[in-house]
Amino acid sequence: MLLFLLAAGLTLMLGTMRIVNLAHGSYYLLGGYIGYSIAKYTNNFFLACLGGLLAIGILGMVIYKVILEKRFARETLSQVLVTFGMLLIISDVCRWIWGGTPLAIPQPEILQGSISIGRIVFPIYRLAFILMGGIILIFLWWFQERTKYGAIVRAGVDDEEMTQGIGINISLVKTLIFSMGALLAGFAGVVGGPFIGLSTGLDIDILLLAIVVVIIGGMGSLKGALVGALLIGLLDAFGKSLLPELSIFTLFATMVIVLAIKPSGLFGIK
Amino acid sequence: MKRQVPYVGIAILLAILSALPIFLPSYYTGLFILMLIFAIFAMSLDILQGYTGLPSLGHAAFFGTSAYAVAILNVKLYQECNFGVELIVGVLSAAIVASLLGLVVLRSKGIYLLMILMASSMMLWGIAFKWRSLTGGDDGIPGISRPDFDLIGLDLGSTTHYYYFVLLFFVISAVLMYLVVHSSFGHTLLGIRESETRMRSLGYNVWLHKYIAFIVSAIFAGLAGVLIAYYNCFVSPSELHLVTSAEGLIMVILGGAGTLFGPAIGASIIILIKNFVSGYTEHWMIILGALYMLTVMFAPQGVYRLFKELSQKWRPI
Repeated sequence: MLLFLLAAGLTLMLGTMRIVNLAHGSYYLLGGYIGYSIAKYTNNFFLACLGGLLAIGILGMVIYKVILEKRFARETLSQVLVTFGMLLIISDVCRWIWGGTPLAIPQPEILQGSISIGRIVFPIYRLAFILMGGIILIFLWWFQERTKYGAIVRAGVDDEEMTQGIGINISLVKTLIFSMGALLAGFAGVVGGPFIGLSTGLDIDILLLAIVVVIIGGMGSLKGALVGALLIGLLDAFGKSLLPELSIFTLFATMVIVLAIKPSGLFGIK
Repeated sequence: MKRQVPYVGIAILLAILSALPIFLPSYYTGLFILMLIFAIFAMSLDILQGYTGLPSLGHAAFFGTSAYAVAILNVKLYQECNFGVELIVGVLSAAIVASLLGLVVLRSKGIYLLMILMASSMMLWGIAFKWRSLTGGDDGIPGISRPDFDLIGLDLGSTTHYYYFVLLFFVISAVLMYLVVHSSFGHTLLGIRESETRMRSLGYNVWLHKYIAFIVSAIFAGLAGVLIAYYNCFVSPSELHLVTSAEGLIMVILGGAGTLFGPAIGASIIILIKNFVSGYTEHWMIILGALYMLTVMFAPQGVYRLFKELSQKWRPI
């Protein structure tokens, strides 16, 4: 589910705006670190979620307005380089402020403990997490398919000029989408903090996983992001327990197989 | 359209490059070795990116694979240097990785291709990182011995001699790449960059050309990998890392994509800045990150073209 949150944000940016954002993992990490600090000072996990989410949402908005909307960032390659530069900067700033040692956000008290269904024991935190992922999924789907704003977004993807022509402020729409993608990543960073932890280098690991999910699922498809995230999440978990030395190979093999069958990803639009 | 080769300029450049170790202390000679190695790497990436129009964020895959191939043969198998075999196996391993990868990925293009290549190279990084029994994991493989050419009076243990060794390879690969780029094959690649559909309707096998360009590019990146393995006497997963790929990309862009010698200049600039800045501050990554952004903002065409334009402006009439 964590992967889904990330991939949903990334696929939103990629599919709808054609922006390759290599700093996506950095948003995750930075969101997590900000959440960690808030959780430490206020002892309130939910405030931490809110803080991490808002901070990264705003950061995303600023980055888009100041840098990515400009003319020089229209080309894919330029975006790649600019966002990679951001990745380096953010990761160094994180190391500067929070140090290089891994940190973990404490779990909120209400969600501690576990429940057992039959013989299987589930930690409550993870159950709550899955539930929340589900809610976000439904919300995103509802937003994109059933609301007026979702329609505007879809129209903007199909024909930018025409949408602008009927009086819609496309620049605002794009800024909001970008910041929403960033916000999801920041949020994922905070809620993922209790069981993955936060450490240097995590930004690139997360970015890699998110990108593989998007590649497998196909660009710009929420459904693809969900299926890809489930597939990769399961494969990664099984791979790690069955073949610890070669676990990453299972991901690679999956990616290759999917690409060999369908070069644009499972649910990608040609 | 006749292309003039500026022989005089090249001769002067070569003379300066060969004379450098005489004047420079060995630290700077080492820096120049790195520059030359990364120049080969950046130029090989340019064949893909600048000439064929296939941006790659996974070029470190070839670089790192061959470095690892050398290291594994050198340290684990022979326990000494067997240069001929290692060079061939190193370069071949890069070519093999490229030929397998190319089969799958070259059907995609643009952003998608870029991401797939990036993911693939990071997978290799993951394998190198996790497969401790073969690759030493995070610790890498130390203790690679350099080739032994004592018979002809070349002691590659010394930085100066190794510099000439690398320079030789640099010149050979620069000439080879120049020939590739200016052959009819190279012109076809340019055509593919400009318009794939047109080239296809003219009867060219676009896929095959891309595939071959991919492998050729990997071969030179592999050569750079072999050289870096001997230079550092050590390989680590960072050779395969995304950061290395991105560095290659920024070298190409900074120097000027589509000009074979631009990326060599770009490589030199990046290596210089990296070394000087990391000497002054711990937070050199911020500077490097800012450099990425500034390059895109102010020199998207590359310094090589900038320089050319300026020199044409100031040329006396």
